[in-house]
Amino acid sequence: MSLNILVLAKQVPDTRNVGKDAMTAEGTVNRAALPAIFNPEDLNALEQALRLKDKHPGSTVTVLTMGPFRAAEVIREALYRGADKGYVLSDRAFAGSDTLATSYALSCAIRNLPQLDVIVCGRQAIDGDTAQVGPQVAEKLGMAQITYAEEILSVEKGRIRVKRRIEKGIEVLEGKLPMLVTVNGSAPACRPRNARLLMKYKYARIPNELQAANEDYISLNNSREFLHIGEWNVNDIVCEPAELGLSGSPTKVKKVENVVFQAKESKTLTDNDTEIEALIQELISNHTIG
Amino acid sequence: MANFYTEHPELRFHLNHPLMRHIVNLKERQFAEKDCCDTAPQNFEDAMDSYDKVLELTGEICSEIIGPNAEDVDHDGPSLVDGHVKYAPGTAENLDALIKAGLMGITLPRKYNGLNFPIVPYIMCADMVSAVDAGFTNIWGLQDCAETIHEFASEDQKERFLTRVCAGETMAMDLTEPDAGSDLQAVMLKATYNEADGYWYLNGVKRFITNGDGDIALVLARSEDGTKDGRGLSMFIYDKRDGGVTVRRIENKMGIKGSPTCELVFRNAKAELCGDRKLGLIKYVMSLMNGARLGIAAQSVGVSQAAYNEALAYAKDRKQFGKAIIEFPAVFQMLGLMKAKLDASRTMLYETARFVDIYKTWGQIAEERKLEPAEREEMKRYQRLADACTPVAKGLSSEFCNQNAYDSLQIHGGSGFMKDYPIERIYRDARITSIYEGTTQLQVVAAIRHVTTGTYLNMMRQYEQDPTSPELTGLRETLKGLADTYEASAADVMEHKNNDYVDFQARRLVEMAGYILMSHLLVSDASRDVMFRVSAEVFTQFTVGEVAKHANIIAGGKPDEMTKYTKCMMAKV
Repeated sequence: MSLNILVLAKQVPDTRNVGKDAMTAEGTVNRAALPAIFNPEDLNALEQALRLKDKHPGSTVTVLTMGPFRAAEVIREALYRGADKGYVLSDRAFAGSDTLATSYALSCAIRNLPQLDVIVCGRQAIDGDTAQVGPQVAEKLGMAQITYAEEILSVEKGRIRVKRRIEKGIEVLEGKLPMLVTVNGSAPACRPRNARLLMKYKYARIPNELQAANEDYISLNNSREFLHIGEWNVNDIVCEPAELGLSGSPTKVKKVENVVFQAKESKTLTDNDTEIEALIQELISNHTIG
Repeated sequence: MANFYTEHPELRFHLNHPLMRHIVNLKERQFAEKDCCDTAPQNFEDAMDSYDKVLELTGEICSEIIGPNAEDVDHDGPSLVDGHVKYAPGTAENLDALIKAGLMGITLPRKYNGLNFPIVPYIMCADMVSAVDAGFTNIWGLQDCAETIHEFASEDQKERFLTRVCAGETMAMDLTEPDAGSDLQAVMLKATYNEADGYWYLNGVKRFITNGDGDIALVLARSEDGTKDGRGLSMFIYDKRDGGVTVRRIENKMGIKGSPTCELVFRNAKAELCGDRKLGLIKYVMSLMNGARLGIAAQSVGVSQAAYNEALAYAKDRKQFGKAIIEFPAVFQMLGLMKAKLDASRTMLYETARFVDIYKTWGQIAEERKLEPAEREEMKRYQRLADACTPVAKGLSSEFCNQNAYDSLQIHGGSGFMKDYPIERIYRDARITSIYEGTTQLQVVAAIRHVTTGTYLNMMRQYEQDPTSPELTGLRETLKGLADTYEASAADVMEHKNNDYVDFQARRLVEMAGYILMSHLLVSDASRDVMFRVSAEVFTQFTVGEVAKHANIIAGGKPDEMTKYTKCMMAKV
């Protein structure tokens, strides 16, 4: 049975290697100082989607991302690994979205796509760490969901079996399709980019990127359907504008505090064992170590 | 993410050599497939961009997967299960990653699902893989045996086997036997033709076979009953799916422990003839070995790089007498020379790869159409250059690789002797490079005729004309003088008309020629990119010293000299 699979992916600033200029003075993320990457757990999700496609020949893996135009890079990265098609949902109207507004916009965009069997997405993005968007998309689409998945074990006769990582072990759940699955970082890493796919898709672009491109590959892009990455703005989806962007986002940041590490008091120790022993005891008792 | 390719800008520099335009044009037949194949390049820039991107993805796999697995692979090694090889878990993971990344059959044509890349970017992948795990290079790098099938097998065999190589099946070349090592004429494995089914059946034993349990093997066997020399040998393709070959043992080696070196037993193993009978050794093994030697040259350069990187990091980190040891002249002198030898062997490696690319591609074009006289002439010229450079690239780079591994361990001091640092493994891995696919001594045998016929001297005179930036003309002048010295030494040795004496002095002459040529290449590199300026200076200085040393010994020598050595060797105190 061939499946229609959707992967939700996000381009995020790489917060794993944060330097001292990672935050601006105003306390927001300094995006210029951090490289934009494929959200790591979305790559785990993509791998699960691609494995389903391997097991069910004829399946299609579509990738959807919401973000600025340059988020098309995430789609290309997915195409290089075996995805079939991608869409970038991009509009100023989405700026300032919290998880609720994001999941609303995504769910409206998903209604543009043919009937899906499985939606997979990463558990959470490393910039927000909320783990809310996946579950909210499922709710808005009226779809069942399985979160914290480590492996999609099988899809057979309209049912899906998923191995799930929980606090004290693992459990296996089974449910009816369609199903949204959020995937944990402990799931298998995504396969590498493939040399042939890389050469095939390196000129894949959204229309907006093509405007800035040189003549040579505009004609190439026009003549090859597979090089077209879909680009949707607010007019391409059926939605209630008030529920988008800032106006659709009940989450408001009231205050941002910069955490500054500063020693308030200092202690000088001499190098004898009793004083060091006492310090160790103190640090253990106030839970700094141990 | 760590990426070996982007962290070593020398690689991108060598990829972007001016001769690449010609190579790409030939390889892509003027971009004939651009409209019919999704992955074919549109033009030169597009092709180079693809090579660059694929090298970048290879660099990422090297740094993120293969490198981190190297220590475990060295420790675990392969195991023998029911007469077959089971790779170490890390090896299996490495191979899986490279197959998924589509990095098998890199140089094969697209019609067999290859990438149709020139040899230069393929060798660059081998250079990188070797730097992070030399042993793994053997398993992955044996894909270049496919070139022999591509060159000499029938179209039907190509269809069947090359597509499987491109899909990720591994290869082996089964040449060596217990009594046939450097002397392959002594191969005894018996091939018997069966009239009934039209297949050949192989019986006998092969030894020291790298990746001996690979999916597809090229086997050298005696097809002509009653013969004793190379003219009775033919090349066969053995398909593991047919069975008949078992692994009797996996050798316990000093280094490259992740690479399974097998003793194989052939019991009526079904095989098919590759190419023509009786040409197995004389034609096909020679071609196979030239490709393999270039691969070992790449492996040597990669291991050299790894040794240098480890030494540099350790010397910066290690503090003695109140400062980092890199600040001591005794240490920075070693590191400087290590880097110069590394750059010298790498520039020779890619120069050779370009020569091979040009003549091999003309050879492939000749299968499609008749070559024009000028084209045929170019093919022959580059083949001669490739033949002259391959033994220098393999022989001298593998020696430099060993020297760098030795010096790197020395810089680590006592810590280097412990199992705690990677240099211990690199040192053991380096050792085989100057032995297999022809020892350094045999590379010298292959190279010496290019001393006697003047190929190397002509190359030097040619390089003297290369574009040289003004601040480097002094180095070129020095090298011109060294070429004169070399010419005189060669004439001096040949004057005696004594072949044994030529062999006796051959190593010295080949080293002189090789070092001068490498120096020229570095001066040319430095003229294109200032990154190589100091390497060119340091290596030329090294060359001045070596040439003078060898010239001195040769100047005072004559054939009688040899008996001194034979007597000295046997002398009892």
